[in-house]
Amino acid sequence: MIEVENLTKQFGSKLAVDDLSFIVKKGEVLGFLGPNGAGKSTTMRMITGFLPPTSGDAKVCGISVIDNPMAAKTKVGYLPESAPLYLDMTVIGFLKFCASIRGLAGSDRNDAVERAIETCFLTSVAKQSIDTLSKGYRHRTGLAQALLHDPEVLILDEPTDGLDPNQKYEVRQLIKRLGKDKAILFSTHILEEVDAACTRAVIVDRGRIVADGTPAELHAQSGSGSLTDLFRSLTTRDTEEAA
Amino acid sequence: MSSLTIYKRELTSYFAQPTAYAIIVIFLALSMGLTFSFGSFMRVGDASLEWTFFFWHPWIFMLLAPAVGMKLWADEQRTGTIELLGTFPVSTWSAIVGKFLAAATVWLVALLLTFPIVITVNYLGDPDNGAILAGYLGSFLVCCTFLAITMLVSACTRDQVVCLIVSVAICVTMVLCGYDDFTRELAKATSPTAVEAIISFGVWDHFRSLNRGLFRMQDLVWFASFIFVCLLGTSAILSAKRA
Repeated sequence: MIEVENLTKQFGSKLAVDDLSFIVKKGEVLGFLGPNGAGKSTTMRMITGFLPPTSGDAKVCGISVIDNPMAAKTKVGYLPESAPLYLDMTVIGFLKFCASIRGLAGSDRNDAVERAIETCFLTSVAKQSIDTLSKGYRHRTGLAQALLHDPEVLILDEPTDGLDPNQKYEVRQLIKRLGKDKAILFSTHILEEVDAACTRAVIVDRGRIVADGTPAELHAQSGSGSLTDLFRSLTTRDTEEAA
Repeated sequence: MSSLTIYKRELTSYFAQPTAYAIIVIFLALSMGLTFSFGSFMRVGDASLEWTFFFWHPWIFMLLAPAVGMKLWADEQRTGTIELLGTFPVSTWSAIVGKFLAAATVWLVALLLTFPIVITVNYLGDPDNGAILAGYLGSFLVCCTFLAITMLVSACTRDQVVCLIVSVAICVTMVLCGYDDFTRELAKATSPTAVEAIISFGVWDHFRSLNRGLFRMQDLVWFASFIFVCLLGTSAILSAKRA
């Protein structure tokens, strides 16, 4: 469903993503771990077609994002980091706009919006202006936007960032539920989410994959059984890099 | 189709917030104020609106048009919604066209609301309404030109204030170039060829002929190509920023 092939991104002299390759199959939830600045967001931006890669390719449902970006984009639902939204719109207005731009119209559009609002528990704030909403609701509005067209592939950049424990739990449950018939790639800093929601996880550091496996495999690989230990031993600390 | 969706969103956003109303009210107050004070509308007794009314439009637009256009891309880049837009299945070009037309519509509404002055001259005298129509077209095209410049600047920055200042500076230059008093002074200092070149960059030459009721192909081509080049530049800058 998602095939990343030798994806590389260079910003000036800085290599943000270095020859990255991995596959996410249907029914898989891949956790994308790594320290800040490891290239997680950049990779996601390339798969969604927002950033052009320096070299390499990404395929979504077999469609290359480089050769056929328009078709590839229709297959993907994407929640960007920190869930940017048009603050001057109401939740329902925003979702209707997103649905229209994805080519839904008439009753299809209204059904899609209604379904997304229900899935993301937004009914109580549907008619509110987005700039009056709390962070949790904003995040869920962003998530609803990604689900509108019932995409086969979901790419979520830190979907649980800034949420309270209850909201985190709900989002993880949602990811797990959706993961049964979609391919999901989501990035996170929270290592417990690997056990809570992922079927597989990769750890990236400075643009390269340093670990890849099911949660059980990663636990075994760490030696001590703790993902934190594994994470700390495999990735570079920014204090270290500066020295 | 997607241009239309974006056009609707932008237009709703203008009229859901005070922006459009503030601009329209200030434009009406300024244009009427100048017509009746410095334009000496009552004293001149001329039923054509060329000198009393339309003459002031470029001076007002050079300050107010950038205020309408400044948010178009600057705001998208500041709030990060450009990432949403960039991952929707829409081309950058259709987003540019949709946004530009929405801003132009705000100005079209503002210009249409000056209709009482047309009724007044028709009541008091016997004007050439074709010439008045041409004057409106000239005004609208000058305004669109300034909006296109603002849009180009707005793609370069995420700061609306920077965008406003830079765009106003460019628009003021375009109004001064080719304004008689200014070019006369310039002619004393430089060669005739330089003056020719500077006049051709200004809006007056093209605005005046339309204002006199003269539809010259060269003016329409000048406006259209200037706007087109600015929009093309916007597209180039937005793509370059992602690479």
